[in-house]
Amino acid sequence: MVRDVFTIVMVAAGAFFFLAGTVGLLRFPDTLTRLHALTKADNLGLGLVVLGLLLRVQGPLGALKLVAVWLLVQLAGATVSQLIAGAARRGEPSA
Amino acid sequence: MTMAMALDSGLAVVVLAVAGWTIAARGTFAAVVGFVSYGLLLTLVWVRLEAVDVALTEAAIGSGLTGALLIGAAARLRAGEASPVEGPGVVLRLEIAVLSATVAVALAIAVLLLPDPAPTLAPAAAENATATGLGNPVTNVLIAFRAMDTLLEKVVLALALVGVWSLAPDRVWGGYPGPRHRSDPHGVLAFFARLLPPLGIVVGIYILWAGADHPGGAFQGGTILAAMWLLVMMAGLTDAPPVSRRWLRLVLIVGPVVFLVVGLGGLWLGDAFLAYPAAHAKPLILTIEFAMTLTIAATLGLLLAGPPERKLS
Amino acid sequence: MGVATVFGLCGAAAVGLGLYGVIVNPQPLRKILAFNLLGSGVFLIFGVVARRGAAAGFGGDPVPQALVITGVVVAFSASALAVALLLRLFQETGRATLHADAATSAGANEADP
Repeated sequence: MVRDVFTIVMVAAGAFFFLAGTVGLLRFPDTLTRLHALTKADNLGLGLVVLGLLLRVQGPLGALKLVAVWLLVQLAGATVSQLIAGAARRGEPSA
Repeated sequence: MTMAMALDSGLAVVVLAVAGWTIAARGTFAAVVGFVSYGLLLTLVWVRLEAVDVALTEAAIGSGLTGALLIGAAARLRAGEASPVEGPGVVLRLEIAVLSATVAVALAIAVLLLPDPAPTLAPAAAENATATGLGNPVTNVLIAFRAMDTLLEKVVLALALVGVWSLAPDRVWGGYPGPRHRSDPHGVLAFFARLLPPLGIVVGIYILWAGADHPGGAFQGGTILAAMWLLVMMAGLTDAPPVSRRWLRLVLIVGPVVFLVVGLGGLWLGDAFLAYPAAHAKPLILTIEFAMTLTIAATLGLLLAGPPERKLS
Repeated sequence: MGVATVFGLCGAAAVGLGLYGVIVNPQPLRKILAFNLLGSGVFLIFGVVARRGAAAGFGGDPVPQALVITGVVVAFSASALAVALLLRLFQETGRATLHADAATSAGANEADP
């Protein structure tokens, strides 16, 4: 029972952060600020979702896989946002 | 309406909205981005349909590799977009819309009229699972029950690659595929391309190995290996091999050749073409899968790299 | 109306959208995109048939699922070949279009056959 409440609260908080990031994507004026909103909020949101799901896996191996997924998404997100920011700063066309 | 049904309907609506946006978007790049998101949402749909192997394949090949292919093409064609070509007029569009809607409605009726109880081959697949000793029924079907399809699919991949390579201009025939990618050797992309591939290779081989009993398999694992190779090429850490290299061509055919050899051996030692003798089924299947993964990784990577563009000096 | 039927209708709609996109959009790259959309709709309908065939302890009939996996790979290789053809056409004529007079005008960027 407590586990369910914890999962629901964490996943809902994560979803809220994803929503906040998307609002930032839609409302912020230029590429760099949008990147900032997107990567920060999405990483935190995913972390909360993973935290909420950690109590539902069987065994430590599943938990490790979930955390590994979160770390890989952070790595990919950080790399891609650096590359996009570099391109935006140099004024390259992005669309 | 249950909660699951509401969520599924919501997911279906979002998928269709993104699909509609992909068709209607003005810029090509925006449409391609929409397509990649569509593919990822489709992965969720496949999981809801209890087809996890297909979900993995869709995420890896359907949205991942196809998305990369289309983004690369959109970037190279950006110069040609300056002079837009006129599409059909309003009346013609309406007629085409009516035609497409008719096709969609006909398919929808077919879906609604599917027979109940549904005919299925699942019991047959379950009964014969002991022939191979594998736990994943989809891998069983791919490698054992419908092995001919998989063998022919390998050949189709090779033919597509031959088709792509034959588009090279004469002066660069047999040369290096694609442009030479260069990036700052101390930059983020080079760092990423040094950090991720070891992990990616482990994950790819794991997915191949786990495909025996859990969702996974040669296609998904091979795609991850291809993606790691492409990442290293795109960061400029290594160049694509020239298409005339013998070792490359050997790697590209080792999959179907091993498959064919084992299949012909089945004529000899087993009952029929592509029948595995019961005692050695699992080792044979593993051999085939390893060879297949190698070929799939090389072929998918080279399909994305494109036809030769630089001369073999 | 089960979960499978909802996604089956979604697949039918995707086929309709993809067909519209293939015919209407004049740019070849958008046609390739719409063709992939069309293909994925067809695969969804396969998936619905597979889901409805759940039996013998499996979540779905494995045979249509295997067919879809094969189909996704073949669709990718077809797209790769189509994109390579398109890029070559663009290299030769300088315009990415299937319009009849584009190939005869803009002379070629290279003097290759």
